Amino acid sequence: MSKKELNIFKLLSQKPWEASQAAIDNEHDGKTLASSKARLGLRTIMVVSTVIFSLFVVSYSDRMLVHDWVSLSEPWLLWINTAILILTSLVFHMAKIYSEKNNFDKSKNALFLVGFLSFAFLTGQLLVWQHFVSIGQYASTNPANAFFYLFTALHGLHLLGGLFFWGKTTQKLFTSNFNITKTKQAIELCAIYWHFLLIVWFILFGLMIST
Amino acid sequence: MNMDDEYNNKIETKAADSSSGSYAPPVEKIPAKENAEQDLYHAKSFWTKWVFCQDAKVIGVQYALTATAIGMIGLILSWGMRLQLGFPETFSFLGPATYYQSVTMHGMIMVIYLLTALFLGGFGNYLIPLMVGARDMVFPYVNMVSFWMFLVAVLVLLASFFVPGGPTGAGWTLYPPQAILPGTPGSEMGIVLMLVSLSLFVIGFTMGGLNYVITILQSRTRGMTLMRMPLTIWGIFTATILALLAFPALLVACIMMTLDNLLGTSFFMPEIFTMGEQLGTSGGSPILFQHLFWFFGHPEVYIVALPAFGIVSDLISVHARKNVFGYRMMVWAIVIIGALSFIVWAHHMYVSGMNPWFGFFFATTTLIIAVPTAIKVYNWVLTLWRGNIHLTIPMLFSLGFIVTFVNGGITGLFLGNVIIDVPLSDTYFVVAHFHMVMGIAPLMVVFGAIYHWYPLITGRHLNQTLGKIHFWITFVGAYAIYFPMHYLGFIGVPRRYFEMYDSPYMTSGVGLNQFITVAALIVGFTQILFLYNLFTSWYKGEKSERNPWKANSLEWHTSDFPPTHGNFGKELPVVYRWPYDFSVPGSDKEYIPQDVPSSQVPTAKAERT
Repeated sequence: MSKKELNIFKLLSQKPWEASQAAIDNEHDGKTLASSKARLGLRTIMVVSTVIFSLFVVSYSDRMLVHDWVSLSEPWLLWINTAILILTSLVFHMAKIYSEKNNFDKSKNALFLVGFLSFAFLTGQLLVWQHFVSIGQYASTNPANAFFYLFTALHGLHLLGGLFFWGKTTQKLFTSNFNITKTKQAIELCAIYWHFLLIVWFILFGLMIST
Repeated sequence: MNMDDEYNNKIETKAADSSSGSYAPPVEKIPAKENAEQDLYHAKSFWTKWVFCQDAKVIGVQYALTATAIGMIGLILSWGMRLQLGFPETFSFLGPATYYQSVTMHGMIMVIYLLTALFLGGFGNYLIPLMVGARDMVFPYVNMVSFWMFLVAVLVLLASFFVPGGPTGAGWTLYPPQAILPGTPGSEMGIVLMLVSLSLFVIGFTMGGLNYVITILQSRTRGMTLMRMPLTIWGIFTATILALLAFPALLVACIMMTLDNLLGTSFFMPEIFTMGEQLGTSGGSPILFQHLFWFFGHPEVYIVALPAFGIVSDLISVHARKNVFGYRMMVWAIVIIGALSFIVWAHHMYVSGMNPWFGFFFATTTLIIAVPTAIKVYNWVLTLWRGNIHLTIPMLFSLGFIVTFVNGGITGLFLGNVIIDVPLSDTYFVVAHFHMVMGIAPLMVVFGAIYHWYPLITGRHLNQTLGKIHFWITFVGAYAIYFPMHYLGFIGVPRRYFEMYDSPYMTSGVGLNQFITVAALIVGFTQILFLYNLFTSWYKGEKSERNPWKANSLEWHTSDFPPTHGNFGKELPVVYRWPYDFSVPGSDKEYIPQDVPSSQVPTAKAERT
């Protein structure tokens, strides 16, 4: 299937009553975009998540200007967690490349590593929470703390949601005669989502360390 | 560009094929089926067929019934408010707390749990797959989960009526800090349940919205280009995109307010003394909440209005036997209104105080949005012009919609100006305005649409006599309620007040308030008559023939009537035209359904739109 491009202006200015356009329209196969529905579903989810995180970032920037703002000092553990998350994305990329080469055994191992690293990241985040609680930095202590807990919690929830689909994908590799095209796509889409969450984390973490 | 190239290539290859063959019949080429047949889940038991159902039609009906049930509670709450306003100090069950709780729950239920759920969840689910020629939504399972999330959201909302302190009475806008401070009704548990319920609604809606958008974009049948879709689908499509982008703002606001309430953070909470004691909060901005809320709240108006615009265009066209005047312009108007709706939100906040240039900007954008809206109104009127108007009940409701929408729209033009809004903002003028434009007007379309599509859903007609009674009382009654309310606003009666006591505003307002209350009770009871009609006609109504309104769109041309699981028969229909070919010049047929190729109607002329 060749690539279809959605040019909204061109599309809206079509003249369906003209015979030449009608001939083209009669040939239309009913799809607007060339992507699969799963890929579009993921994209829609990422757009909605982006809106959510952007609004939080806007709220953060607005709240930050008030005099009572006291920045948090980031513990070194947070840098380790960030490194783990980068590593997870890299491994997921490997898993995708292996699956594209039909090397599903290696892909399976990489996926396991992704799961392990993702849970390690979440545990790490919980340890950071525990660290802050132990030194008396609660969510109510300062708005900067509140945003920190909020951002990490939301990012973690997004990751948990991703892990649900990671589980479904990994499970597929264990069934005999799984659908190769679908599994490849599932691995690719999960990888995209992990990269997306990495970028979200960079933005949130960057915002928190720079202010 | 790419798209055209591809089509040209395709046509060329097809032409080459037919020339090489020995015989090329002069019929339309049916394009190759590139959409693989969808694997449908086939329900086996009662539970999977009617309860945990993955068929979009059943999910649509489930959405509609749930929304109607919670909407009836919203209606009853409005009676409580009207009784208090019309006859203060008469009813012992109405105190200030009950009054504010009624106001809050009425507003929230009607806007979100009734209208949004009904238009997008109800009509969206039922009509999208049928009208675009798909077997079902693209993700039927997610679609089912979407309904169950909605149901849980409704149940959580209902639960707030039974917790200590009752439901929240903060006003439907839930402005902090008062929403979560002691003294506001329901500040204990009610507000938390409200925020949780809204969050669940947003999550559930996102799942549904995903389905609506991708089904419309990717799962249409062959020949169904975007510019051949019924305007109903355009309205629902654009509204869903708005909802996907606007509801996150509500979710963000809900999450932060929940934390302010439960954990004592100060996202929105400034430094506050309450009952002689200082709360632990400081520095938060209540205005930030207002921005987030209205960044959702204004698109929400169009989330309700755009499907109504789309549906009413179809109803008018079918029942006036005439094509929609300016179809392309209608589509453009829908898209432009959708885009503009994201840059007008602060006109809800003029009285919160803002930089004059900020107010100037938002007043300007607000007035600009009147242009595409006015275009739509002109086009509806021009569609009716010299049409063969059948005064069926859907048509009556459509006409009622046009009048009411113009009415509410014009008061909106007044209120869009800062200088007029400031004195009127806290009066009944605003109440009258928004009920006309986003309460009565969309409801007119809902009713019209139900009378129109009820035969498709059940195979039976609703009782016509009851329907006419329902229309006339609702229509006249709505004006009896809201016209006097404009006047109350002019003489300065403030809204949100529990009781006016002997205030000088009210000397001429008392009788009017009593009149409005009586009208509201009558209109309310008429809706119960409508529900009676809805339920009895299900098994006793007059049997409908196939396609009773002689409409062109695909939902009336399914192989089974009413449509069954999978929607269409063995083959999906192929579309050759737009759905508005009524009384086409040169054709001997009165109407030409969308799936009729032009070889069958050789004399019909194509109409410019």
